[in-house]
Amino acid sequence: MKVLPVGDCVWEIPPSEKPGMRVPARIYASEALLGQMDKGVFEQVTNVACLPGIVRASLCMPDGHWGYGFPIGGVAAFRADTGVISPGGIGFDINCGMRLLRTTLTEDEVRPRLRELINALFAAVPSGVGAKGFVHLSEAQFSEVMVQGSGWCVKHGYGWPEDLERTEGQGCLPGADPAHVSARAVSRGRDQLGTLGSGNHYLEIQVIRPGGIHDPAAARALGVDAPGQVFVMFHCGSRGFGHQIATDYLRIFDQVMRHYGIVVNDRELACAPFRSPEGQAYFGAMTAAANSAFVNRQVITHRVREVLGRVFGKDPRELGLSVVYDVCHNTAKVERYPVDGELLDLVVHRKGATRAFGPGAPDLPEAYREIGQPVIIGGSMETGSALLVGTARAMAETWGSTAHGAGRTMSRAQAKRRVWGETLLKEMEARGVIVRAASKSGVAEEAGFAYKDLAAVVDVLHRLDISRRVASLTPIGNIKG
Amino acid sequence: MGRYEFLEEVALADCAVDVEGNDLDDLFATAAAALADVMVDPATVPSTVERTIALTAPQLDLLLYDWLSELIYRKDRDREVFTRAEVRVSGAGPFELTARVHGGVLDPERTALRADAKAVTFHQFALTSTDGAWRARIVIDI
Repeated sequence: MKVLPVGDCVWEIPPSEKPGMRVPARIYASEALLGQMDKGVFEQVTNVACLPGIVRASLCMPDGHWGYGFPIGGVAAFRADTGVISPGGIGFDINCGMRLLRTTLTEDEVRPRLRELINALFAAVPSGVGAKGFVHLSEAQFSEVMVQGSGWCVKHGYGWPEDLERTEGQGCLPGADPAHVSARAVSRGRDQLGTLGSGNHYLEIQVIRPGGIHDPAAARALGVDAPGQVFVMFHCGSRGFGHQIATDYLRIFDQVMRHYGIVVNDRELACAPFRSPEGQAYFGAMTAAANSAFVNRQVITHRVREVLGRVFGKDPRELGLSVVYDVCHNTAKVERYPVDGELLDLVVHRKGATRAFGPGAPDLPEAYREIGQPVIIGGSMETGSALLVGTARAMAETWGSTAHGAGRTMSRAQAKRRVWGETLLKEMEARGVIVRAASKSGVAEEAGFAYKDLAAVVDVLHRLDISRRVASLTPIGNIKG
Repeated sequence: MGRYEFLEEVALADCAVDVEGNDLDDLFATAAAALADVMVDPATVPSTVERTIALTAPQLDLLLYDWLSELIYRKDRDREVFTRAEVRVSGAGPFELTARVHGGVLDPERTALRADAKAVTFHQFALTSTDGAWRARIVIDI
């Protein structure tokens, strides 16, 4: 398959490379990162280019790797009037996302109590296979969660009012419709609010190291004050509720595609016209799951505030424990963009990709409007994470999208062969990072060497100006499933 | 029982597995064992729970999809993981499954947890038969 350079860190696979491609596939990567991408990326990004109603190009971010359906790091926009919606372009973990909390604590204050803090967080935020949370809701109350998102938390004492404006879409995406959610999805996920899950999901205590602030003005606006400052970052999604909704609709779409005369190269790309009854039903259910994911992260925020307040003997407000931002990874949202001189409503699918709206976006809180939307990019548990902001260039080039992580380069089995979980825990502790994990083998799977170099990914985003580097965050404590 | 092998070069962040059964019933039972192996160390799951599961699907491969999806669903709803299954598949479209599954409730104090299976994907999903032996490729999102 021809992968042609078309600009600095931009590569294209022309439509002539695969029968059925309606648009080119475009990959954003340095030559080195492109070389690290597995063959699945090229197959999958070109499969997406074949879907009905796709506009301009099928995109892959520099952290791209082989997923299912879309590549991880895949972004594609489909015309809302004639295009499709695909669960395989969103993923099973609907609105898997990142949240970053700031504190006014310093590493010097936290370090002596770090083990106590990590143990308390591990107890307060359940993780691992099948974990259940502490919020117990009736079916009617869970329907409120689906429709109200994070606003439900504020009403019920699990959040501060100002948390909402610092969450993508104010923590509540429009269009959620519980009528299109199965009873199975509700019974599977109703008791899981406030839980992390497993795999690459984690909660970290992080610090800014000297030299970790790259854009002082933007950092100040985001509440990043100085080296030594402590942050809390976590990564999780809609848990079993979202997984079941995706399972239900993938199964439905697999059967209805023939009715609409749609043929796909990968069965995981099963889709339906966005405006069809099935497409609208899925959109309503998927949005309900997205809102439940915001609630999941908001409930975890509440638990983090409780734990830090208890461990440090202060009110969480005194600790400055505010939300920096919360971003989604796995969603489809209707957004309006100029295309060939016309403003079009597009169903923008981001799978393992982050929204990165530039300065002036009306969705942003006043404090961020001049600098652009915060973008939180989780690296590996060993190497740290990055805080960036969205740009006008992202709005023009990538449907306001950017990368979501470092991106894997190694299978989980390979990683486990290379290091034993227990050994890695000890090595990290010797380096000053305390880890508590529900699964020891899961720790090995998430070792730093299994991922691309986060700095290289961020460098490409910065060079392309689809996000601007603001700060680097280094883990000192981690809990994971 | 049949055999299964986890694949390293497919869907890096997830879990791809090739399953082989001596017959169709065995394929379904072996796929369930592979799924349990993804989520836990099967040796650490107490054999304290038995359940009966009955499913119907219009296609045989969809019956396999529904079977594994059912086991994942029960892992979240009831915190039950099943390490052994006796399965009977019948019919010629629609296809029916009846199974007796054996396992236990997840107990983090006793059970060595692995990855939380989210769903069965359709990526490379295939169920085939050659000379009486049945094979499946399954990619599980974790």
